[in-house]
Amino acid sequence: MHYFRPTSLADALAIRADHDVTVLAGGTDVYPVRTARRAWGDPAHKDVLDISAVTELRGISEEADHVRLGALTTWSALASAGLPPLFDGYVQAARAVGGVQVQNLGTLAGNIVTASPAGDGIPNLLALDAMVELASRAGTRTLPFAGFATGYRQTALRPDEIVTALILPKLTGARSTFLKLGARAYLVISIAMVAAVVATDAEDRITAVRIAVGACSAVAQRLTALEAALLGQPLGQAAGLVMAGHLAGLAPIDDVRATAAYRLAAAESLVRDALTDLAATAARRAA
Amino acid sequence: MLDRPAFPTVSLIVNGTDRTVAADPFASLADTLREGLGLTGTKVGCDAGDCGACTVLMDGAQVCACLVATAQAEGRAITTIEAADPLIDRLRAAFLAAGAAQCGICTPGMIMAAADLLARNPSPTRREIEDGIGGVLCRCTGYIKIIEAIEAVARGANAFAPVAEAGAAVGARIARADGLPKVQGTDRFGADFAPEGALWLRAVRSPHARARFTLGNLAAVKAAHPGLEAILTASDIPGANSFGIFPTIKDQPVLAPGFVRYRGEAILALVGSRAAVEGIADAALPITWEVEPALIGVEAALAAGATPLHANIPDNVLTRGYLETGDVAEGHRLGAATAEGRFRTGFVEHAYIEPEAGYAIRVGDRIEVTACTQAAVMDQEEVARVVGISMAQVRIIPSACGGGFGGKLDVSIQPLIAVAAWLTKKPVRIVYSRTESMASTTKRHPSQIHALMSADAEGRFTAYEMTGDFNTGAYASWGPTVANRVPVHATGPYKVPHVRNATRAVHTNEVPAGAFRGFGVPQAALAGETLIDDLAERLGIDRWAIRRINAIDHGDRTPTGQILHASAGLPQCLDAVKAGYDTLMAEAAAHNAPGGRMARGVGVACMWYGCGNTSMSNPSKMRITLGRDGRLTFLNGAVDIGQGSSTVLLQIAADALGLPTAAFDFVVGDTDRTPDAGKTSASRQTFVSGNAAKLAGMDLRAKILALANAGPQARMSLDGDRLTVEDGEASRVIDLSVLGSEADAIVLAGEGEYDPPTTALDARGQGIPYATYGFAAQVAEVEVDRLLGTVKVTRILAAHDVGRAVNPTLTEGQIHGGIAQGLGLALMEEYLPGRTENLHDYLIPTAGDMPEITIHLVEDTEPEGPFGAKGVGEPALVATAPAILGAIRHAVGVRMTEVPVLPHRLWAAMQGREAAE
Ligand SMILES: Cc1cc2nc3c(=O)[nH]c(=O)nc-3n(C[C@H](O)[C@H](O)[C@H](O)COP(=O)(O)OP(=O)(O)OC[C@H]3O[C@@H](n4cnc5c(N)ncnc54)[C@H](O)[C@@H]3O)c2cc1C
Ligand code: FES
Ligand code: FES
Repeated sequence: MHYFRPTSLADALAIRADHDVTVLAGGTDVYPVRTARRAWGDPAHKDVLDISAVTELRGISEEADHVRLGALTTWSALASAGLPPLFDGYVQAARAVGGVQVQNLGTLAGNIVTASPAGDGIPNLLALDAMVELASRAGTRTLPFAGFATGYRQTALRPDEIVTALILPKLTGARSTFLKLGARAYLVISIAMVAAVVATDAEDRITAVRIAVGACSAVAQRLTALEAALLGQPLGQAAGLVMAGHLAGLAPIDDVRATAAYRLAAAESLVRDALTDLAATAARRAA
Repeated sequence: MLDRPAFPTVSLIVNGTDRTVAADPFASLADTLREGLGLTGTKVGCDAGDCGACTVLMDGAQVCACLVATAQAEGRAITTIEAADPLIDRLRAAFLAAGAAQCGICTPGMIMAAADLLARNPSPTRREIEDGIGGVLCRCTGYIKIIEAIEAVARGANAFAPVAEAGAAVGARIARADGLPKVQGTDRFGADFAPEGALWLRAVRSPHARARFTLGNLAAVKAAHPGLEAILTASDIPGANSFGIFPTIKDQPVLAPGFVRYRGEAILALVGSRAAVEGIADAALPITWEVEPALIGVEAALAAGATPLHANIPDNVLTRGYLETGDVAEGHRLGAATAEGRFRTGFVEHAYIEPEAGYAIRVGDRIEVTACTQAAVMDQEEVARVVGISMAQVRIIPSACGGGFGGKLDVSIQPLIAVAAWLTKKPVRIVYSRTESMASTTKRHPSQIHALMSADAEGRFTAYEMTGDFNTGAYASWGPTVANRVPVHATGPYKVPHVRNATRAVHTNEVPAGAFRGFGVPQAALAGETLIDDLAERLGIDRWAIRRINAIDHGDRTPTGQILHASAGLPQCLDAVKAGYDTLMAEAAAHNAPGGRMARGVGVACMWYGCGNTSMSNPSKMRITLGRDGRLTFLNGAVDIGQGSSTVLLQIAADALGLPTAAFDFVVGDTDRTPDAGKTSASRQTFVSGNAAKLAGMDLRAKILALANAGPQARMSLDGDRLTVEDGEASRVIDLSVLGSEADAIVLAGEGEYDPPTTALDARGQGIPYATYGFAAQVAEVEVDRLLGTVKVTRILAAHDVGRAVNPTLTEGQIHGGIAQGLGLALMEEYLPGRTENLHDYLIPTAGDMPEITIHLVEDTEPEGPFGAKGVGEPALVATAPAILGAIRHAVGVRMTEVPVLPHRLWAAMQGREAAE
């Protein structure tokens, strides 16, 4: 097994193009998978491309109309970056992933490439209308996040590509929240979760809203019917407008963590809670 | 395949020192620290980020060393528990003084996480402390004393545990006698040491629950892998290829002989270099499987025509337990109300943070096994049996044990490494992976209980009747113990004249169920306590009051016909929680009055637990020696698995002898040196071994007093090799160095042996199964989210009759830890073979899940116990889950009969109730 640890993006992309490798960033998904396989006598591992020394992939920069998060940005770095309220939800997710040890290692890009239905970053990126920047030796392309996450643990990442950054467009006057439901306090995988972004006008009427639910379908989903119904409504009344039908597009499953029926009902409650939360923070700010 | 790859070097700064080490760049940092640099203070509990035992600081930030590639540590500053650092020193002292380290396996990770937290935030709130250590699991302490220790450091408080004077050790909160190495990271657990050049052993395990298999050409595999020393199969076992707890039921093979009965059963042992045994894929081995339909669950195993697991047990029923007193039909007739229920519980995993590990070495015609264990002498018997040698040829040296809770009573690794070391004549070590530990070692028995209980109009219980099936899995393990302990305890600590309890332990093609804190009693208590709440509701009696009316008391008769002459403190326990219960009830009523989403509820439950083995001789022997050099040595065969027996027994021995605890050296568990203390189980060490320790102390004292010609009130002190005995005005100094001889450096020795007085149970379960019982009453307060079905346990009041708290800090620690496990049983823990076989999917409580706990220690002296003490290890757990279930019911009106009460289960039950309304 080869272990590559390039320090430049160009070298990393060359290795990626020429070898069949597992990309390694924070290792918080790669190592548990390796351990699980070994436990049942499967020790083989692909060559490893460790990108953690590639400086181009680091850093958070705030531009006029967007925030750019380098692929190696960890949950902890996101949480302490002091980003505007639009990103509150994503920051809440960062603080709810695993425990501090995992937050200090795990990267935002690793989370989306793993593409677990329970990945806490994913509904946030949908609600933020994020873009994913991908690079290969052939060049760079940018995809809307919704087009990147294609299925259960599947993404549009090509075998020769590396995620280089997440691009999060700004939205004036907007804020967000994230709610996660699990069976214990820390180190817990979501049973259901909701990320919501909202902007309001001076009369507290909703001018923009994006709500995404995770762990209730193979890929987290936006609730577009609900979003349409909420536009123009007073935020203070938004929670009361949520109806079961707005979640009809979700397709949760039964597993060891919960039943499908429960997930759906819980998601509905969480969506209301998220809207109530946002209304409360709006009210607090006004006061 | 390359068996011995040459690795590049990596340079890192460890605890301030530049270190360069050759290592696989993809090996985890945890592995490189431990195996490459010998820094074994960093522990590995899961190798997957789930337990935090491997927490170290990387450039000052806490990370799981098992998730960091060694190459990624290049040039980084790594701080481990071995570091010399003032903040870490303060944490060490605080952990020691507070009793925050029990088994100590989580302690290094906890201390590193706390150091990270306090370096960033010197005065954290409680919530911030929970956040800071939330990624480190502890299975022993319930986190309470850990958080207290961190708070103490944040406050700048000086951490001192009291030092007990001679004669004042019992009752003192002295620090653990074995605590210092635990907080320094120098305690040696099973995976922490092995002889230079030891071979590694990896067991190849069945992925099928029931299958036949044939093996192809293993010689060819061996030839292809030069690093392999041997591939062992069933036919290589030199002695009997079978082990088991009961002398008459040795049913479990070391390596399966062509037929497996559960997923995870070992079929082959690969022995060789670590790279070789870990590098061979199971799929590359010549194993041909013929899968057979498996019997999963007791219904399948009991169905007509079910294929037996064991030829000698045609109906798959391993044992039946039975107890009958009075006339249960008559008892029900006398009742004004009868409650009935069916209850289910699943497999529960011990989840000690230390997976099984150790090594074996052949020394001439003897074999020595150093491993984590709860029962050294039982291991000695099993090893002798499978290697085919006498017990005298086997030496068991227990390593520090990173938690047991019953799961390390059975042998696991010992027969494998002993056989391999015997045959290869080389030292052989093994370290189970977390998944291997979970898939192959014992669990708590799943249960299905049907019970009926009646009470008269005044609330006096008239009858209790239960039948319970316990899924004992593929092999017997402790199945018979569970089947026998449950009928005795199922009625609960109450006066009930008419009782009939019947149990069965049933074989299935699932992981063997064995001993786990409480031996079936926690499962039975869920049923009984729920029925009591039913009766209270029917009869319009308060739930605390109905328990108080029926609480068993001094002079009362148990369902086995035993009269409790002394130390029956349940009434006091109930009285101790009464005021708190009333307050919580009033607060809940006020909270719930306006309605709303969050419902508060309060529950109460009681428990009892017989200390020691059920109706069986279970003696313990202790020995204290005084050497020519003045060395006072306590030879204590009782293994301390974190519960504190090394400390408690020392306190007892010290006071019996009349010297301070600090004067003692101690040797624990080494079968060549220490007499048999029996196993660390059944909450017996404080009571049974405590008596032996006391007798040993008294014996040595008597010998010293005789030598000094002093009276019984004399006071002693030891200074080097001079022993001073003062008796009133008279004082005598004994010069130990002139006594004894060169050949025999022991001048005086005290010995004590104790076997609790019990009698056999007859066919109707009548007799004296235990010499004494522990009692408890617990009150739980919960908050339930009506929409999400989530439950937060907010407060627990726990009153425990422990006879005498020999060390209140340790007693409280046992209760905290028991409550945490009870909470896990009630709300989150469910082992599903193949699905929750890691600590990611199998959930145990974290620091953020614990309630505020108030403990009332009731000391209803046990005259038969050492200084009045009895056991507390298991009792701590039993009452918690039923109290939580009662509280949930009080909050939202649903009666849960299956645990764990996961959010979706509670939600479904609440939906069902709404539908019915
Ligand atoms: C104990 C524990 C608890 C956890 N809890 C949570 C939780 O609560 N919520 C949650 O969402 N997640 C959780 N996780 C999962 C995990 O922390 C995240 O998914 C993490 O963000 C992955 O990032 P990483 O850098 O560690 O990824 P790695 O393990 O390094 O890689 C993950 C995957 O992404 C690929 N990859 C990484 N970076 C790139 C890149 N730049 N370009 C292309 N491919 C890339 C890798 O090849 C791999 O397939 C938990 C993990 C652990 C160990
Ligand atoms: S060993 Fe690293 S988290 Fe468990
Ligand atoms: S003391 Fe924490 S796991 Fe034992």
